[in-house]
Amino acid sequence: MEQTQNAVLSVRNMSMNFGGLRALSDVDVEVRSGEIVALIGPNGAGKTTFFNCITGIYTPSEGQVLAYPTNGRKMRADGARSDGVRINGMRTNLVCELGMARTFQNIRLFPSMTALENVMIGRHCRTRAGILGAVLRGPKARREEQEVVDRSYQLLKKVGLEKVANEYSRNLPYGAQRRLEIARALATEPFLLLLDEPAAGMNPQETLELKEMVIRIREEFQVSVLLIEHDMKMVMSLSDRIYVMEYGRVISTGTPAEVSADPQVIRAYLGEESDA
Amino acid sequence: MAVANLLGNLKKSAIAALWLAFLTLPVMVIRVDTVEKTVTWRWMHLAYMLVGSFVLAVAWHFLMDRRDRGAANRDSGGGETQSALSLWLENPSVMRPLMAFGLLVAVAFPWVFSMYQTNILISALIYVVLGLGLNITVGLAGLLDLGYVAFYAVGAYAYALLNHHFQLGFWTVLPLGAILGAFFGILLGFPVLRLRGDYLAIVTLGFGQIVRLVLENWSAFSNGPAGISNISRPGLFGVTYGVDQATTYIYYIMLALVVLTIFVTARLKDSRIGRAWLALREDEIACQAMGIDNTRAKLMAFALGATLASLMGVVFAAKTTYINPASFTFMESAMILAIVVLGGMGSVLGVILGAFLLILLPEYMRAFSEYRMLIFGATMILVMVFRPQGLIRAKRKVYKINTEAA
Amino acid sequence: MEYFLQLFLGGLSRGSIYALIALGYTMVYGIIELINFAHGEIYMIGAFMGLIVAGVLTAMGWPTLSILVIALIIAVLYSAAYGYTVEKIAYKPLRGAPRLAPLISAIGMSILLQNYVMLAQTPDFLPFPRLIPDLEFMGPYANFLATSDLFIIITSISVMVALTMFIKFTRMGKAMRATAQNRKMAMLVGVNVDQVISVTFMVGSGLAAVGGVLIASHIGQINFAIGFLAGIKAFTAAVLGGIGSIPGAVLGGLVLGWTESFAAGYISSDYEDVFAFCLLVLILIFRPAGLLGKQRSQKV
Repeated sequence: MEQTQNAVLSVRNMSMNFGGLRALSDVDVEVRSGEIVALIGPNGAGKTTFFNCITGIYTPSEGQVLAYPTNGRKMRADGARSDGVRINGMRTNLVCELGMARTFQNIRLFPSMTALENVMIGRHCRTRAGILGAVLRGPKARREEQEVVDRSYQLLKKVGLEKVANEYSRNLPYGAQRRLEIARALATEPFLLLLDEPAAGMNPQETLELKEMVIRIREEFQVSVLLIEHDMKMVMSLSDRIYVMEYGRVISTGTPAEVSADPQVIRAYLGEESDA
Repeated sequence: MAVANLLGNLKKSAIAALWLAFLTLPVMVIRVDTVEKTVTWRWMHLAYMLVGSFVLAVAWHFLMDRRDRGAANRDSGGGETQSALSLWLENPSVMRPLMAFGLLVAVAFPWVFSMYQTNILISALIYVVLGLGLNITVGLAGLLDLGYVAFYAVGAYAYALLNHHFQLGFWTVLPLGAILGAFFGILLGFPVLRLRGDYLAIVTLGFGQIVRLVLENWSAFSNGPAGISNISRPGLFGVTYGVDQATTYIYYIMLALVVLTIFVTARLKDSRIGRAWLALREDEIACQAMGIDNTRAKLMAFALGATLASLMGVVFAAKTTYINPASFTFMESAMILAIVVLGGMGSVLGVILGAFLLILLPEYMRAFSEYRMLIFGATMILVMVFRPQGLIRAKRKVYKINTEAA
Repeated sequence: MEYFLQLFLGGLSRGSIYALIALGYTMVYGIIELINFAHGEIYMIGAFMGLIVAGVLTAMGWPTLSILVIALIIAVLYSAAYGYTVEKIAYKPLRGAPRLAPLISAIGMSILLQNYVMLAQTPDFLPFPRLIPDLEFMGPYANFLATSDLFIIITSISVMVALTMFIKFTRMGKAMRATAQNRKMAMLVGVNVDQVISVTFMVGSGLAAVGGVLIASHIGQINFAIGFLAGIKAFTAAVLGGIGSIPGAVLGGLVLGWTESFAAGYISSDYEDVFAFCLLVLILIFRPAGLLGKQRSQKV
């Protein structure tokens, strides 16, 4: 299979087995530079498993996951090649360091850390201070620390959470927690942002704001976005392209218009809620 | 409503007291001698048990009600409750003079009080550092290390053996002990750190036991249960001290080490590494997904805790001049854990307070000392149930933001 | 060959005791994913109950065999009551708390129980009467199998068979299996989960008490601290077999019993306990799911 120009992520023939269960089979997904791509499908279709496979939480049983970092990022791990970095089986933290940052379907913030500190965690892999730096607090370490604080605060501002910077993240309302997860992911300077149901549990107003925020983020941070979402209105109006999954397979792909016209999709997924 | 509740609680407590008295009856009341074939009945114990467990049960239910109310408050969006103690202590106008006063007392202590008192305080200070070390592993990084005392033994035996065989002095071995501790921490840490929380606890417990059993049985190396005696006290540039002077000397060494440890742990807590530890404790998967190398962070926490324990081992051997494996049992690990748990996991101030409370209280209340471990055990349960944050809740730093920078 | 057989049977007897205690760990872990650190202490209390009952009845002049039966029954009932109470005090209030909290509370409970027995009784070793008489027909085989070993093996097997029947065929047993599989679902289909947890603790504690009385009578002395080592070894057995798995606990107990017996017999008895701990550490590092356990993948 030839590589499309300016792809940032290319997943080829990926399969994932759990014991005898085939959770994903022969999945091909591609995200191009600057795109917002959505992954939709009924519950249990394997969308989150797909995320886990490309972020190193699971190692895919078969297939290739290749990333093409756009920020000129160098890799510490083996297999760094000019024609893409093979990331299946790579450790989760290295995938993040490479520039693919995610959020979680069931929010996974650090509850007894403040909102600001949650974002600061995202800066970890872009900073270097060690034990000595932390203890001695030399000028270099102090400068780095201040840079972390300031950038994290700016990111909180971008998602509208600067007023609650010093609140424990467990005390934030639901929608704010979702936005905080996005800010935390952005702090790792990703080229690809992976959002797992960012609008889940949000009201229509919040969802609308979220949509605008994602578009804004793409412009400002020059990231590509791959998101899993159930909110059809949001998906249709936000994404450049859509992949539809069912029973671990990609059954359709294309622009929102193409996908919603695909009879297979209507049968499998939109059928019961096509007027939503 | 309140009265009905109170009556209900009293009734429940009475039932609980009867049940506990019944439960403990055989062990508390009957003592048998199967050789002489005699039985002693100690009915007074039953009465103590009834009264004691009733009082405890009333307190339990009272605290339980409070806990449930607290939970309800939090759910309805009420803010975090702060204990009066920690509010008071965190007020800088209280905190600063208090710290200065504490340091003054600490410096003057050996000149004002007897050697006996100074010795007790040295032990307490050793436990402060041990507590702060374990606080890094358990409190900050969330790795329950039940074999912590093994590293303490590493330091103690390192000094004892190097002193015995090669006549190495305290100041030579102190840094060696630290390095050895870190080395052992990493050595043991590597294989075990990918285990889940409770398995990690058991494996470290196993390691701790292995170290103790080896020390007990490998006589050629460690002189077995008899231990090693005549370990040199610390000297300074060839000057050796008598017992009293040496005690004072060790006291000041310990004081310096405590101050150093507090400084180091307090700074680490709010640093890049400290935040990574906290993230690790809160959610391992999210932590790794945010680009933190879990293994590295864990190893650092483990090794740092081990280093401090090993350092204390060296001081302990120098202080007592005699060590044997009996000082390094699981109960010792449990005691250090109790200090961290009571003080407040992750809170530097809390751990210091916990160490003083748990070490000095039994020391000064002799009647109490028999019940020391009993109370430690009970403390661990009660703190977990009613005050999981410990005496002093670990607070997160409020960072200064430079808003001009873009 | 005779020596081998002797070690084999000795290991079998020792292993069945480990298995009895390990069952309690495994059942509790299967249901609430908690290492019941105080389980070894329940075993110790079972042994003490046996001692107390035996002491009182001996002073009253009862025949040995009836003492054994009564001591076993009372020890089992009392230990079950202890197990029930321990769960209510130290674990139930901590359901839903962070994972380390119940574990720390369990360690606290273990220390509390040890010291309670030490203070109420004595820190010294107490002689334990031989409740299992030497049977005549065992005479020719006494070289490699003592009557008490035989008795331990037979009792353990019967108890384990009874347990299997209980879990397979009774209503409560089914509820236990359902809870172990998925607590939320079990609750939804009407299983009283609190009750199931209580029963699990009681059954596990009762099994430990059987082990406690039998081994105390076999060895001939007890003290307040015996639960610690026995507890860790039984836990090793449970992990070895695959924690959460009942046949696994039995298998693990036997493997550990034989390992110790042969290692002590052929290598050195000084390091008997070290072998057990090394086994524990190695298993947890290299095969944490155990011999019969299933690898659980973490949900993300």
